[in-house]
Amino acid sequence: MNIDRESSESEAPAYHLILEGILILWIIRLLFSKTYKLQERSDLTEKEKEELIEEWQPEPLVPLVSKDHPSLNYDVVTGPPSHKIIVNGKECVNFASFNFLGLLESERVKLKALSSLKKYGVGTCGPRGFYGTFDVHLELEERLAKFMRTEEAIIYSYGFATIASAIPAYSKRGDIIFVDEAACFSIQKGLQASRSFIKYFKHNDMEDLERLLKEQEIEDQKNPRKAKVIRRFIVIEGLYINTADLCPLPELVKLKYKYKVRIFLEESMSFGVLGEHGRGVTEHFGVNIDDIDLISANMENALASIGGFCCGRSFVIDHQRLSGQGYCFSASLPPMLAAAAIEALNIMEEDPGLFRVLRDKCKHVHKALQGTPGLKVVGEPLAPALHLQLENSSGSRTDDLKLLRAIVDYVRYNNRSEAKGRKRCGRKKCTSNRDNHTLKRIVKQNPFKNVGEIHKEWTVAGVSASRTTTHRRMQDMGFSCRIPCVKPLLNNRQHQKRLASKRTGLLLSGPKLCSLMKVNFAFPLEIRVPESGGREERHTIHVA
Amino acid sequence: MTQNSASKLLNGDTLHRTKQDKKAGGNGFVKNHCLFQQQQKRYRRPAEKSHHASRTLLYKKTFVESFEETPLLVAVLTYMGYGILTIFGYLRDFLRDWKLEKCHLAREREEQKDFVPLYQDFENFYTRNLYMRIRDNWNRPIRSVPGAKMDLVERVTPDYNWTFEHTGKVLKDVINMGSYNYLGFAENTGTCADTASECTEKYGVGVCSTRQELGNIDKHEELEKLAARFLGVESSMVFGMGFATNSMNIPALMEKGCLILSDELNHASLVLGARLSGATIRVFKHNNMQSLEKLLRDAMVHGQPRTHRPWKKILILVEGIYSMEGSIVRLPEIIALKKKYKAYLYLDEAHSIGALGPRGRGVVDYFGLDPCDVDIMMGTFTKSFGAAGGYIGGKKELVDYLRLHSHSAVYATSMSPPITQQIITSMKCIMGEDGTTLGQERLCQLSENTTYFRRRLHEMGFIIYGNNDSPVVPLMLYMPAKIGAFGREMLKRNIGTVVVGFPATPIIESRARFCVSAAHTREMLDTALNAISEVGDLLQLKYSRKNRRGSEGTDCFSYLESHLD
Repeated sequence: MNIDRESSESEAPAYHLILEGILILWIIRLLFSKTYKLQERSDLTEKEKEELIEEWQPEPLVPLVSKDHPSLNYDVVTGPPSHKIIVNGKECVNFASFNFLGLLESERVKLKALSSLKKYGVGTCGPRGFYGTFDVHLELEERLAKFMRTEEAIIYSYGFATIASAIPAYSKRGDIIFVDEAACFSIQKGLQASRSFIKYFKHNDMEDLERLLKEQEIEDQKNPRKAKVIRRFIVIEGLYINTADLCPLPELVKLKYKYKVRIFLEESMSFGVLGEHGRGVTEHFGVNIDDIDLISANMENALASIGGFCCGRSFVIDHQRLSGQGYCFSASLPPMLAAAAIEALNIMEEDPGLFRVLRDKCKHVHKALQGTPGLKVVGEPLAPALHLQLENSSGSRTDDLKLLRAIVDYVRYNNRSEAKGRKRCGRKKCTSNRDNHTLKRIVKQNPFKNVGEIHKEWTVAGVSASRTTTHRRMQDMGFSCRIPCVKPLLNNRQHQKRLASKRTGLLLSGPKLCSLMKVNFAFPLEIRVPESGGREERHTIHVA
Repeated sequence: MTQNSASKLLNGDTLHRTKQDKKAGGNGFVKNHCLFQQQQKRYRRPAEKSHHASRTLLYKKTFVESFEETPLLVAVLTYMGYGILTIFGYLRDFLRDWKLEKCHLAREREEQKDFVPLYQDFENFYTRNLYMRIRDNWNRPIRSVPGAKMDLVERVTPDYNWTFEHTGKVLKDVINMGSYNYLGFAENTGTCADTASECTEKYGVGVCSTRQELGNIDKHEELEKLAARFLGVESSMVFGMGFATNSMNIPALMEKGCLILSDELNHASLVLGARLSGATIRVFKHNNMQSLEKLLRDAMVHGQPRTHRPWKKILILVEGIYSMEGSIVRLPEIIALKKKYKAYLYLDEAHSIGALGPRGRGVVDYFGLDPCDVDIMMGTFTKSFGAAGGYIGGKKELVDYLRLHSHSAVYATSMSPPITQQIITSMKCIMGEDGTTLGQERLCQLSENTTYFRRRLHEMGFIIYGNNDSPVVPLMLYMPAKIGAFGREMLKRNIGTVVVGFPATPIIESRARFCVSAAHTREMLDTALNAISEVGDLLQLKYSRKNRRGSEGTDCFSYLESHLD
């Protein structure tokens, strides 16, 4: 039969069947077994783990600090840090505080702070959200907004935390921030906290910024959907604390609208300094303040209080009330400091002449310091913090620092160095400011004396100066030394007038500065080294 | 929260402990070498005793912290509440988009309409639709000392909290249960205020310079010496802002290649500081030593991710009192762990300094430990001292290093002189160096008030969180609608309280928080307690199902019944 034949034909030998069976089993085994190990894994035993734990030695919490590090022992200031300051027991003229408008020693501010202290006590004992909002805070915010001519202002309890909290409130992961490479430290911290992409452009170089913006534009065209949600910001300083340069704001505003980027402006050094009314760099350039999305400044420099503020349109600023970390999670500003800031604002509003005086002084000192051998003055003449740089860097940072430190110490401890003409080097100066005051008093006590007599009295008062010096000093003060026997040569008005002309003649403005420059050039103390590791060493003088 | 809630009972409830141990088995981390291991199930009974004993040895007194579980029904209702709010939020947004409803939000300038939007739409959804409904409970302006009683500025809103207007009236003598005025040093009279005003006259208010430049006035030096003495450490340094003390000093201590172990409920400033430092951050469960130990062991055994190099150093970040939970850190256990695993310990005593311990020296004093065991003692002056600013204390090397490298010292303006003076005077008062016992009395008063207030609340049947000795008392509200209602009802009864909702707490655990102060008298506390009880009945807040002393008619089921009706 057919079937029989077929079956006999299909009947395979037994060994074949067995072989196939084995093969099938093999395949099944292959399918269900792991043929190789992905990774040689052997878990550590308990003992090994214990050994590891036993073996591990952490690094010390902090590296050892050498005991004689120059900045380890801070200079101790006894008494108020006003324009005369006692540093380590030695009275100096203060060229190192950011007290630009001299409001620190203002009696009005003190009185206001005291009356606030009587009313509110010192601390606030809570963040703004939880009974830490005082009526003075609201008033200060309102006043700041009014002063800056913006819609809204928000205050922080610490200047450093202001911009450092404001940036991460808006810029998140994935957003792009264009920053000037000379930006100050608190900006850098804000950038770091925001975790956005940071693109640095060369200091004050608008072409470089535009190049970056163009690059970004090309990038955006590749992925337009993504570009619609990436926020972009330019973060700049009005007056750079690290370089004393002014930002080119009008160009920046142009770029802002061209590339649709928002501008955040940090004005700690320029608020209360630049502009006709001290409104900062926007007023200085005549830029519409609404074109800047956010302005932040601290109240620790010109306002001589503590804290900082941000101002701008409500649309922008209000967001920080829930998202600004330093605002939400920190205790609010002590009311007495807020009250002091309000009073300082009052003074600034009442007397815009302050800013002119400061400007003139800045310009003058800037000019006067030109030509100091070995040092060059950099930055804007209007900057109240002057930066002196070494003309020739030795190439090593430590050596440069040492040299600058030596200069500072020299100026501080040899503050009798004679200011000869406008160059303040060389000859020793033989009378101090105080001596000159004694002389003035002597002359005023009895104007009917000749130089010899005055000289004698002055010597008795403990000053060893020659007769010629006495003569010269008196002339400097605006007295004529040929004193007539009948009546004083100058009445009070004439005296004042002559004093004024004398000052302008000396290119000095204001009595404080006159005496500073001529007589007692004390220590420009601060040495600033740029964050970004540049080699230029800076040497800052603040004029107050 | 509900999951680890039970683990917080230590020497107290065994009922909760067994629950915890059941969970522990699943964790699979059962090693004999661990200090605070979670026992495997079958070993549990024999091991429990010794385990228990080894732990109790560390504590000199009972350490009772309770975090009662959220009742299921309440949890469900809370989620429903948020659901309804969200639905209505979307509806309102829809209406606003179609201009059917007036939008009060500030708008972008016309010139900048084509910019990339500054806020993503959903970013402000919560603010617009949930927060705005109850915004009147926050930022209430006050116009007096934030002492035991305060004067609030009355506000009205014509447009459902979008804007506020001041009526010019003042709500007088509102009992202040919200300020962190633990020792009552927020005063405008007395020695503190007097010395502060003398200091203002002499120094002015600002300094206009940083510590490393010319902002280091003699007052700061005096305060630092005093603070070191107060804390019992070698040296200390003070900073102008508490928040910045954390966020600017942790980066000076830690760097890439270091590990930071941080409690999950740490304050924003600690989190920010840890992030800025660039170190790897790992988070352990709140006050949970097993979780911490596991992380420590893992870190030792596995080293850094990918390279498996050993970590450079390990820092444990904890707070003394957690301000939202009212719990106290388990310091003795942490110190034992830290010593075993050679980690460093950063203790933030923002709320605990002055408020805890028989001598007011914070948690270290509370547990009777040696301050030298804590590597970095940090704290703020805002709370107990009634001033502002923060400090860091520790070994001399540490402080010297910070003097050179702390960002605050180099770049930030130093502390205002009158504030410094306030701290000096109040600290001397606590230490008894002013020749009086006023400070000691304040400390006693605070701890008495705390015990009384917590006991009464518990008896009334509220769910309160935290340690029995902590002056921070969170009272659970759970439902979003009750946040606003509680705050307003309390203000109607002339009591100012803090209510906290979602971003600051887990979503279902909205709460009210009271801060007990030494300045509160027994009468004030009684007034407050009566009002709380009244409002609690009104809003049905007495959720607790625990046995309490003093039966007040409401038992554990009354709440459920009332809701099922």
